[in-house]
Amino acid sequence: MSSIPTREVARRAFAREFNDAGYTFKESDDERAPLYALLPTGERANRVFVVGTLMETEDVGDESEYWRGRIVDPTGTFFTYAGQYQPEAAAALRELETPGFVAIVGKPRTYETDEGDVRVSLRPESITVVDQATRDRWVVETAERTVERIEAFDPETSEYAAMAEEQYDLPVETYRDQAIAALESLDDGEMPDAGAEPAD
Amino acid sequence: MADLQRHAAEIHDQFSDQLDITVEEVQDRLETLVDEYKVPADEARRSVVSTYLDEAGMDRDQLGGGSGGNASVLVGEIDEDEQWVDLRVQVADLWEPRSDAVSQVGLLGDESGTIKFVAFETSDLPELEEGASYALGNVVTDEYEGNYSVKLNRTTSITALDEDVEVGDDATEVEGALVDIQDGSGLVKRCPEGDCTRVLQNGRCNEHGEVDGEYDLRIKGVLDDGESVTEVIFDEEATTELTGIGLDEAIDMAKDALDTEVVVEEMREGILGRYYRVRGPTFGRYVLADETERLDDPVDAEATLIKARSI
Repeated sequence: MSSIPTREVARRAFAREFNDAGYTFKESDDERAPLYALLPTGERANRVFVVGTLMETEDVGDESEYWRGRIVDPTGTFFTYAGQYQPEAAAALRELETPGFVAIVGKPRTYETDEGDVRVSLRPESITVVDQATRDRWVVETAERTVERIEAFDPETSEYAAMAEEQYDLPVETYRDQAIAALESLDDGEMPDAGAEPAD
Repeated sequence: MADLQRHAAEIHDQFSDQLDITVEEVQDRLETLVDEYKVPADEARRSVVSTYLDEAGMDRDQLGGGSGGNASVLVGEIDEDEQWVDLRVQVADLWEPRSDAVSQVGLLGDESGTIKFVAFETSDLPELEEGASYALGNVVTDEYEGNYSVKLNRTTSITALDEDVEVGDDATEVEGALVDIQDGSGLVKRCPEGDCTRVLQNGRCNEHGEVDGEYDLRIKGVLDDGESVTEVIFDEEATTELTGIGLDEAIDMAKDALDTEVVVEEMREGILGRYYRVRGPTFGRYVLADETERLDDPVDAEATLIKARSI
């Protein structure tokens, strides 16, 4: 039964952890094998589900349209890029009003800057407008999943925890603290500083 | 290797009455298959059992589960082929056998739901009564296209129980974000031939060719909670409840746009990326949505906060 390709789960991670997931890998030599980004809390992510505030959209393409969206969560900023191969998502970024809550299903992608830094971005499969209830639920759910990964983080027993330890020098406690801060931000209804950083 | 040792001991127990074999011989055979021929342990076990069945001139259903005793399981826990298990069940339903080889066929139920069972004429077992509860020892699980059933066999023990085993509702409940709406959703046309009802692709039915289809609404969606994905099917009624778009309205939308795709696009905007709880029976890998609830109440962060602070 393992021969039937099963749909990849959409992982939940806050922007700060997502942006730290710069190491990508495949698990087989097949060129169609799924590409995974390694989350520093010790999980592989081929797909993610993100809900946040779309702050800004911009066509950064040269000849053809290539839209960039900045989506902010309580810990930081997700960057998403959509061009001619993601026509629906590109159309959404062209038309959406900012700021506004959006849900994005997408795949992590990495690229290297001229300075040699690895940036992680989101290649969208879909972008839809949602409400604040959905966004708040995502924050709690993402904190819950993050805490579960940290609790299960054991390089002795988990392949991906071992990989994270080898590839990154990123203590998992950081992500716990961010999850706590994200949850606390729901209580007072304020967004902590998004700590936006330029994409290029 | 500990695993192979266990398999070897169990196989040895199954054949110890019929064949003069030792656990070590069985283990040798298993190891050859696993180490030299790189066969998975389960497959190796199957192959070794087949060899011994031939040697002993036995049928697979004469095979006992071994003296080690089987796991007592709930019918809803059965998720593997060819496992020997014990059940405590009520006969929830008896059907008309379609084959002369079958003596009884129907549904067995316990608190976890129901499962199909089959008993064969050759096994020569006492008849089960509908509505009665039994302890069944040594039944074997079977799988067909992802659906599980159990087979009674001549080694099955049947003990009538004084108490009633309660049969649970086998509806499952799934929660998560709706992360995808698959092809073949929205306003579709179905084949009108007999009870075919296949969804047409470009006006063609896979079975009946070009036909004049009948409009229907449905959504094949994917719910994802960050750990697992579940495919959910919404029928016309459930789709309308979910999206607020009725069949007549959908047909009008499609006629105005000269394109049925506008319907699913409109639906997508209204539901994709939201959280839902869906309840309904499972059918293969799908959950059929009987009840759908949008999860948009304020969420309580407190429990997660306590958990986060405790690690």
